[in-house]
Parts: sequence; structure tokens; C-alpha cells
Amino acid sequence: MKFSRLIFANLFRKKVRLILTIGSFAIALVLFTFLAVVKSAFSRGEEIAGADRLIVVSRIGLMQVLPVSHGDKIMAIPGVKAVTHNHWFGGVYQDEKNFFPQFVIDPENQRKVMTELVVPDDQWNNFLKDRQGAIAGARTAARFHWKIGDRIPIKTTLYGGAAGEFNLDGIYHSERPGGDESQFWLQWKYFDENVPAALKSTAGWYVVKLDSPNDAVRVAKAIDEKFGNSSFETKTETESAFAAYFAKQFGNIELLILTIGGVVFFTLLLVTGNTMAISVRERTAELAVLKAIGFSGRSVLFFVLAESVLIALVGGFLGLTLAYLLIPVIGAALTGLLPPLILSKSLLTLGLGFALFVGAASGLLPGIGAMRMRVVNALRRA
Amino acid sequence: MAIPVIYNVRSVKARWTSSIVAVMGVAGTVGVFIAMLSLARGFKATLVSSGSADNALITRAGATSEMTSGVSIDAVKIIQDAPGIAQGADGPLLTPEAVLMAPIPLISTGTDANVELRGVAPNVLTIRSNVKIIEGRMFRPGLSELVVGKNAKVTYSGLTLGSTIGLGSARWQVVGIFDAGGSAFDSEVWGDAHLLNGAYKRPDTFSQSVTVHLASPAALQQLRDTLTADPRLNVDVTREIDYYSKQSTRMTQLITVLGGFVAAIMAIGAVFGALNTMYSAVAERGREIATMRALGFNSGNVVLSFLFEALLISFVGGVLGCLAVLPLNGLTTSTINFQTFSNLAFAFKITFDLLWMGVVFALIMGILGGMPPAIRAASRPVATALREL
Repeated sequence: MKFSRLIFANLFRKKVRLILTIGSFAIALVLFTFLAVVKSAFSRGEEIAGADRLIVVSRIGLMQVLPVSHGDKIMAIPGVKAVTHNHWFGGVYQDEKNFFPQFVIDPENQRKVMTELVVPDDQWNNFLKDRQGAIAGARTAARFHWKIGDRIPIKTTLYGGAAGEFNLDGIYHSERPGGDESQFWLQWKYFDENVPAALKSTAGWYVVKLDSPNDAVRVAKAIDEKFGNSSFETKTETESAFAAYFAKQFGNIELLILTIGGVVFFTLLLVTGNTMAISVRERTAELAVLKAIGFSGRSVLFFVLAESVLIALVGGFLGLTLAYLLIPVIGAALTGLLPPLILSKSLLTLGLGFALFVGAASGLLPGIGAMRMRVVNALRRA
Repeated sequence: MAIPVIYNVRSVKARWTSSIVAVMGVAGTVGVFIAMLSLARGFKATLVSSGSADNALITRAGATSEMTSGVSIDAVKIIQDAPGIAQGADGPLLTPEAVLMAPIPLISTGTDANVELRGVAPNVLTIRSNVKIIEGRMFRPGLSELVVGKNAKVTYSGLTLGSTIGLGSARWQVVGIFDAGGSAFDSEVWGDAHLLNGAYKRPDTFSQSVTVHLASPAALQQLRDTLTADPRLNVDVTREIDYYSKQSTRMTQLITVLGGFVAAIMAIGAVFGALNTMYSAVAERGREIATMRALGFNSGNVVLSFLFEALLISFVGGVLGCLAVLPLNGLTTSTINFQTFSNLAFAFKITFDLLWMGVVFALIMGILGGMPPAIRAASRPVATALREL
């Protein structure tokens, strides 16, 4: 382009300022992506929840168990496609810091209900035959460098003080992007044989798969009515409502981090935009000269805009690259505390869009001023 | 001879717009830094203050929290006779407790939260001496009555004095409000252990944990040795304070990592802001600086002077940041306790050393942002700078 040399010469007029402005843009973008990624991790449970699944828990409290016989009764309700039951195992692998969720599952129905969590058939068949078998999510397996065939000791208080040892028979992957790949599945039968009498023939909660998501409200009501006034009443919710119930209890922590970060992000952008605007204002006289020698108002506006958009683009790009490199590091520091931090393409695009918008906006105001100014006045001021 | 300080103060005032931007940048960073640390500390302090050095918590061996623990009634009888336990008027001071979880709606959002329900022995107030009834009275053993922590009363709906609430299969009357000194117990609801077990269809032959009042803090070792050596028992004996401080580690880590990263990013942004301000200050005053040097101030004086200016800006920013977050001190908020899945109220805790750290952090940003421009100011040849403009 004909004027690219002029634009570049202007850009590099103050190298330090150029670097700092680009740097500030990059920092703002790193912060933006970080916050967006953390926000999505906090609400991941709701995002990945199956629309056609219900969770059935005891009405009187989360830690209360339900009889395992509820399963067949739920299955008999019209609109129910499959039912499976889970228990929270809550054991410790080596150290309490190595937290990952352990579920005691019902192998018969697990794959009918949790259709998006896939285990290769040969691995699954080995698991079915192995009473002390276990299946780990890909993320947890990778975190502890487990291979299929490893024996994994999980300290538990449920099996009468004896340490449970489990054979890793398989690794599951989530077909749905962002799905939970951190769970560790154990056999219900082995669990049932070893736990104290109070926990025998029980389930922690049920997961119900529906024929159609539109039926959710009706089936949930039918389940709760079925067990109403029994000694084990239930509370049935959609999977996303259940996940939201946990996410909400994080409460203000999430809100605080997001508000603070949001305020900071916008301040950073404003300050940066302001710096860019100042650098244009400083050059009013030069722009007047350009107009005096025959450039149109519009091309002056174009010079100014091209400069600020270019800065924003480079800064934004740099920031996103930095975020792309940093987020896995932060994610690693948060393993076991939050679901994995995922940087999506749409997020990157949104970030770049933000940067361009601020770049254009901060160039536009002084640019329009320069376009409209009267050459004589501007020259006299200098 | 040094350049007078008043010169810097006036020049900061003369370029007030860019000074304000730099001050705000530093203030914001320091504010976030202190807010995050005080949040993490508040959470930890709440759990740690729940424990007392005089008490020991007995759980099933290997249990990570009361939720996964269980102690049978036979074990409780053996524990009662162990040495090291303080004696009260009616025998050894110990409370076998049932810990349950009840969904009770939050006042703020109307959605259910997991409230920790603790079935205790009637003499629990003698054992947990930091817990005091501040309204109403203690529950009577054998009656469906509850006492409610002062944070639970204001966080969850339907827990005011005199109200009745359905928990499990029974209805309960709230007869008292207790103050546990800002500890985790303040978020709990307490009642008679036997009745709570009954209402939740739990076998009354089990409790989650046993808390004992030690004859002296040093008696822990003796008690632990006796109980762990007893072949009839399979228990862990932990000082209460250690149990609760361990519970805080995961949430504290989460807050520290998230908050630390945000503060670090902001610090870089604020240093950039300070650099920008100081560089333009130096650029605008090229002639002034050259004049001073021509008058006989050496380059060391100029560096010091500009560094002082940067420190002035960052100090003001740091102090403003501290003042801005100070009202957060004591503000109560709530989150989930990872170890028990229950809801826990806690307060921001801003201490003097946190404020001090914030100001030092600000000054470091000032030095990083002020040093390079100061050196540039001092290193330009006097003759060239004077000729400029």
C-alpha cells in the first residue's frame, strides 16, 4: 500500500511507548481470556449436563442413601429409557491433595445412561469380569501416569479400614467437548460386599435417562410422587439444575474474582485507549500539515485509525498467544480444584474482537477531530 | 546537593491526568492483591479458629473428614475410660457427634444450600468453651429443639429464634442462637444427636466423630497412644485445631492461585502504566532536566529525583488501594467447603501486615516503573537536550 511507510514511520516514532502500549493490550487480553476460562470452568457442570438426564437424590439430604430397589421402580415409569445408580466413594489416593471424584457405578446400566463417556469395548469387558476393576477418566489417568493394568491403591474408610486396591481395566474419554474426564469408576458389587451393614443394598443417587428431554418435568414429578410418603423420599432434578446447585454454593468467590477482574480489564483498556489518543493529539500540527499539502480529511482519519488498529491487533494477538501458553500452566496448578481450563476458539475470536474494537474506538475520536479540524487553527497552535 | 522534593511534588501536580492514571493503576493492583489474600486468610482463619488446642477429634482411621468417618457406640465406651480426658461434673467431657447435611434455602438467592447439621451431646458447651448461647437457651435433651449458629441464622431462611423447621422426618423448634466466635460452627445447626439420628433413619449405634476435652493440651499424646494401641479400636486422634486447618487447604489454594494470577497480571499492567507516565514525564521535561544538570546537579541527583517521583506516585496509589479495600474487613461471605460439601460463611480478614505488604508491593512497582525512565533522563547529553525545541 502506498502509505504504509508513513504509517509505520509514525508507529515507530516512540519505540518505548509503542512497546508499552502493545504490552498493555497484551496484558488486558491475557486477563480477559483467563477470566472467561475460569468462569466457564465454574459453570462447566451446567454446560455439559445432559438435557435428557435427571438426578434422583434423597429428599432429606445429600449424604443420605436410597435403597437400590428404587432403580427398578423408576425404570417402570413411562418416559424413562434407562436408570443407573452411583455412590460417592471419597477415598484417598496417596495423599489428600490428589483429589479426584470416585464413583461406585452400576456396570449394567452405566453406558446406557452416560452415553457420552466412552470406553473401548475390550476394556469394558475386562472391567465387567473384574470385581476389583476400575475405569479412570483420561485426565486423571494422565495426571498420575497410570497405564491399563496398574494396581491403584485407594485408602478408604468404607471397607473396614482395609485399603482398597483396584485394577485399572480401562480409560474413558468424553465425546462431548469439555466433558468430565476426571472420574474414577468402581464396581458396585464389590462395594456392596465390603461396606458396613447400613450401606448394603443402597445407592447414593440415581441418574435417569429420558426418552425425550421434553418429558423432564413430568417424569421428575412422577418419580418423586412414587416415593412420596415412603421411608425414602426422593428429590428429582435435571442434571443441569443439580450441577447449578453445586456451582451456586461456590457463591461469592466466583463473583468476586470475576467482578474484580472485569473492572481491571476495562480500566486497562481505557487507559491504553487513552494513551493512544494522547499520542494522536500530540501530533495535531503534523496532521494539519498533511491536510495543508492536499491530503483529504478522510485519509487523515485513515492514517490515525490504521495506526491504532494495528497496535491493537499486534497487542491482542500477542496477548492471546501468551494466554494460550499460560493457561495450561495455571490449569495444572488448579488440578483437583476446578474442572480443566479450556481455551476455546470462539473465546480467542471474542478477545481479538474486543482488542480491535478498543483500538478502533480510541483511534476514532482523535481521528475524527483531526479530520474536521481547520488547518489554519491547528497550524497556529503548534 | 539533591534536587528539592517540592520540585517532584509540583511536577506530579502539573501533569495530574497522567499521574492519576498511574496512581489508579497501582491502587487497583494493591487493592486486588490485599482483597485476595484477605479472602484466603479469612477462610483459613474461620476453619482454624473452629478448633481448639484443648480438644481432640477422634475419627475412624484414615477418614479425611467427619463425613467419611464413623465411630461405633462400643468404641465410644472404650474411649470414655481413656486417660487424658478432662472430667466434668457428670463424668468425662466428650461429645459423640452425628454430622448430617440438610438442604435449607439461602436467604440471598432462595436456592438450597447444604447446611451442616450436628447432633451433639447436651454438655457440648462445656467441651467447646468458645461457643456461647447469645439468644434464647440451649436445646433440652430428648426434645425436638435446635440451636443455630449466628451466621446460619442470617444466611439460611427459617432459622430465626422461635421458628419451626422440618428436617428429616421430624419438625424442630429453634430455641437458641449461639456465637462460636466466627468459626465454622457459626454456619452450623445443632441438636440432640439421638433425635437427629432418628429423624434421618441413621443407626443410633454410630456417630461420625467424638470430640473430647483434654485434661491439658499436652495430654493429647497420652490419649493418642492409648487409643491407637487398643486392638479393639481403629481410630485416628487429631488435635481439633489441626483437623480444621487441614480442611481449609484446598479452598485456600484455589483462592490463592486464582487471585495471585490476577494480581500478577495486574502488577505487570500497573508497571507498564507507571513506565508510560514516567517516560512521558521525562520526555516532556527534557529541557528542564538539561537545565538542572547545566546548573550543576549531577546525573545521580536526577536519577534519585525521578525515582522519588515514581515512588511518590506508587506510594499514593498503594495507600489508596489499602484504603479502598479496608471496608471489606469483617464483611461476611459464604462458599462451599470442599471437604464436607457444606456451605460455610466466613469474613474477609485484613490485618496490618497485609496492608504493609500491599504498600511494599506498590513501592516495588514504582521502582520497576520509575528506574528505566530516570536513567534515561540522566543519561542524555546536556547540550543536545537544551537545544531541543
